[in-house]
Amino acid sequence: MSGGGASGGSPGRRAPGVAFLFLAPFLVIYAIFLVYPLFKGFWISLHDWELAGGYREYIGFLNYEDLWTDKLFWRTVRNTLYFVALTVPTMTLLALLLALAVHGTGRLRSILRSVFFMSSVFSVTVVTLVWSMVLSADQGLLVPLWHAIGIKPVNFLAHPTLAMPSIALATLWWGVGLPMALFLAALGQIPQELYEAAELDHASRWTVLRRITLPSIRHTLLLVVVLQIIGQFQIFGQAMLMTQGGPANKTKTMVQYIYDTGFRDWQVGYASAIAMALFLLMLGFSMLQLWLGRKGDEA
Amino acid sequence: MSTARRTGSTRTADLILLGLTVAFAILWMIPVVWVVTMSLKPNDELMRSTAGFIPYPFTIDNYVSLLKLATVPRWLMHSFVVAISMTALVLIVSSMAGYAFARLQFPFKRTLFLIVLAGLMVPEQAVFIPLFTMFADWGMHNTHAALVAPRLAVPIGVFLMTQFFRAVPRELEEAAELDHASHFTIFWRIMLPLSVPALTTLGLFTFIFAWNDFLWPLVSATKADMFTVTVGLASIQSNFAFSEGLGSVMASAVFASLPIVILFLIFQRFIVAGVAMGAGK
Repeated sequence: MSGGGASGGSPGRRAPGVAFLFLAPFLVIYAIFLVYPLFKGFWISLHDWELAGGYREYIGFLNYEDLWTDKLFWRTVRNTLYFVALTVPTMTLLALLLALAVHGTGRLRSILRSVFFMSSVFSVTVVTLVWSMVLSADQGLLVPLWHAIGIKPVNFLAHPTLAMPSIALATLWWGVGLPMALFLAALGQIPQELYEAAELDHASRWTVLRRITLPSIRHTLLLVVVLQIIGQFQIFGQAMLMTQGGPANKTKTMVQYIYDTGFRDWQVGYASAIAMALFLLMLGFSMLQLWLGRKGDEA
Repeated sequence: MSTARRTGSTRTADLILLGLTVAFAILWMIPVVWVVTMSLKPNDELMRSTAGFIPYPFTIDNYVSLLKLATVPRWLMHSFVVAISMTALVLIVSSMAGYAFARLQFPFKRTLFLIVLAGLMVPEQAVFIPLFTMFADWGMHNTHAALVAPRLAVPIGVFLMTQFFRAVPRELEEAAELDHASHFTIFWRIMLPLSVPALTTLGLFTFIFAWNDFLWPLVSATKADMFTVTVGLASIQSNFAFSEGLGSVMASAVFASLPIVILFLIFQRFIVAGVAMGAGK
């Protein structure tokens, strides 16, 4: 974050009235549509609150107690964690490799950058449509290949062990652009002199990568991992549209459970409790990452 | 010097790496090319086989019938209205707040800035249920306002604009101050024109985000004639028997992505530049 610029104003700038005029539009919107809902969400989670009919009763932490013994809830937690574990390391590694490969000048590299970034501008519905087709067992892109090598086409999205990795694959294709761009930005900021010095020392490529490039971008690496954790915990659209949470709830994620509970069963009190659990889980994991990153810095 | 041979082998390695990357990029694009191909084939041909990357027999009937359908153009219109107004409002609100945080003195500035930054940690899933009940109480679901308003409370824009304004050299404003220009004049005449690149990047990301927004429109715009194109496509996906109008489904996906892809191709250089700006310390 930008260091200490807060106190650097010139004397003519002490105008709290004007400042609040500039701030008011954002702060009002922020208070109404983010701060208040966050507290209201917690408040709702303390109720037996039905969306239809308006039934609501204060029940304290009963929803959270129910959550604790809810097998389906823990299954969605496991599924979500599994998805995060599948996507975050692969996404980070792929983004880094691609950034290293397409970093630099020239028309070709610039086209390659666009190619790998472009899949991130598609909406989740387009991405899932594309990948549901690609992975389809009867019309899929790989079907001719299966026939050629003479095995029965695999129905990836209905397969109990392959469904989640398939969703992760689609997510990887969809999401690699932004972390790649973050790495590219970091690579562009490494002083050229470091590389020139390494060249004089006849350092190998591997050494340069390990000793210069990776240490120089470690803050970005941490940023990418934290952003990926936050992003991938929120997995919803891909699983909902590609597998509807199936087969046998194997790909049902926490957000899908929130959505189903709140907007299919109308139990928004219980749904809010799951949402709070998700929020805390995400907060915990990103704090842990930041803490580990800081420890790495001190070491 | 013995570096000559070294540079030679480095160059070969470079070329091999580049070749591998190109091959990977082609692989990367195959699903998209395939979907576009299918959208240009007749439906009954697709019933027979979906294989191949050459649209033969060729037809644009899928697109023509799409436009004749009332729904898809209507969804596109909603997406445009929502994305454009969200982009405009995010730019106004974020740049104003960013200017105050970067350049003006007022009490509780650091605290307020930290509170705004803390908002970055709040996922939409933590607030979308209370937001749903709020908009239901106000009777405002299935309106454009409901799709736009909650999305203006995103702190990332304020953060980016604050970072950008802080980096602007002060001399530019000091000259204006000598002329007793008001803060509004300085903001409007000096800061905003300087921040066109930053505004472009923020605007671009906001537009893409708005166009692809899924969870909130899914619960707020529940009437089929209020769908955005992203939610509308999801409804097609779950309703259509895939084997029937496959070409039409693919055409609608291509059609829905066209505006955003064109926008990306025109403004792509701002994306990497903007990421660099946001990631800069």
